[in-house]
Amino acid sequence: MKAEALYRKLLGELQAREVTAKLTPAHPQFCLAGLAVGGAWLAERLAKDLVLPQFGVINVAFHRDDYAEKGLSAMRSASTMPTHLPFEVNGAHIILIDDVLSTGRTVRAALNELFDFGRPAQVELMVLADRGKRELPITADFVAEFIDLPEEQILALEKDATGLFHFHIEERNG
Amino acid sequence: MVKQVVTQAVKQTNAAGELTHLLTLEGMPKEQIVQILDTAQQFVSVTDPAREVKKVPLLRGKSVFNLFFENSTRTRTTFEIAANRLSADVINLDISTSSTAKGESLIDTIDNLIAMQADILVVRHNVSRAPMEIAQHVPTFVHVINAGDGSHQHPTQGLLDMYTMRHFKHDFRNLKVAIIGDIVHSRVAKSNIHALTTLGCPEIRVIGPESLLPSDLDMLGVKVFHEMEAGLKGVDVVMTLRIQKERMEQGQVPEGNAFFKQFGLTQARLALAKPDAIVMHPGPMNRGVEIESAVADGPQSVILQQVTFGIAVRMAVMSMVAGN
Repeated sequence: MKAEALYRKLLGELQAREVTAKLTPAHPQFCLAGLAVGGAWLAERLAKDLVLPQFGVINVAFHRDDYAEKGLSAMRSASTMPTHLPFEVNGAHIILIDDVLSTGRTVRAALNELFDFGRPAQVELMVLADRGKRELPITADFVAEFIDLPEEQILALEKDATGLFHFHIEERNG
Repeated sequence: MVKQVVTQAVKQTNAAGELTHLLTLEGMPKEQIVQILDTAQQFVSVTDPAREVKKVPLLRGKSVFNLFFENSTRTRTTFEIAANRLSADVINLDISTSSTAKGESLIDTIDNLIAMQADILVVRHNVSRAPMEIAQHVPTFVHVINAGDGSHQHPTQGLLDMYTMRHFKHDFRNLKVAIIGDIVHSRVAKSNIHALTTLGCPEIRVIGPESLLPSDLDMLGVKVFHEMEAGLKGVDVVMTLRIQKERMEQGQVPEGNAFFKQFGLTQARLALAKPDAIVMHPGPMNRGVEIESAVADGPQSVILQQVTFGIAVRMAVMSMVAGN
């Protein structure tokens, strides 16, 4: 599956919204917040392509629900990207961006992290890929593509040296 | 005079090599030190002014026992704040007024705390290696953090010093670091020398009177200086230490004024270091003994940042050991 093509679908969706937002200036502009690491890359590029003044990063490490099982090991990959929300969260219309949605546990943790910074007026979720297999009552407001993959495979977004996105499939070990 | 520290394998990791206790920085691999510093960097963001809830739920339901057999308000307080920010329950034991004073043995005290469902024991002890002894005794679900043992090690102080140096100087590979004063009694100096060596710091200097420098320093690859002027020339980091009268024999060190004259960190002496050199002190500080007020409060001083970073470093260590 082509991550770049899915990215353009996501961008198109937001461009359509931006036009609407401009038509009603009273309506607050949305703020993008990407989930570290893949979602943050997406948010960064979306902010550039949409000429938004800023984008936020949400790191879910402090609110993960598998600490008792895995300790902080899951924190390592995202440790260089702490949560950074360069806009007022209280009353904001926030669009969470992530690469892959599956169990919904990461999104639950992201909402907790976000609410530690304030009380947004509205939160939406947009993802490149939805693998299904939900374990929590969470759904995305926009999905670029629904993808069915065996459970033992991990779908991960990668960014190459030129900044282009690719999906990479790994076998889950242990 | 110098108590020889016998090197003995201290187990502070599990079979997977993950940290389960923090006892010493001696022999800790570089990747592990870097991992702790990176984790601490994450925890600095918990006190981000934009974050309305300056607390994270990682250690919710866990009990941290602060076990200080030797007084230290600052270290105990920073461990307490770190545990609170991780949502743990903190119990401070004032040992001087407790059962130990009534004759209870160390191991009996520990067994009682385990029976009280302690998850983390933060131990400060005036006897070197006491935390190691405790770590060997506790079951695998209890984690021990050394908060300073005798004149042996003070690993969280060493780590917060590394964090501070990395924060201001970014890279250890070109760094010249001078540690001044009472090295022989200083567990802080030892932890720093071990960590700096592991992180690839090419030049570690110690400056002090012969009576306060241990005899085995050359073996650690440390350059020894007996006068400030030569020792401070061109360094990036200046760390002064407190004269530890409580660990000294009489007449071992020139008293107050005489020490300041020879080894006090003054503005004139600091000018010999690099213009952007930082000044560090683990506290508590004796103004006019090892450091001049103008330096302690001056623009190059990062002494108070050390204290702030110390909280994040202790959060990192506690959440790492408790999760492994």
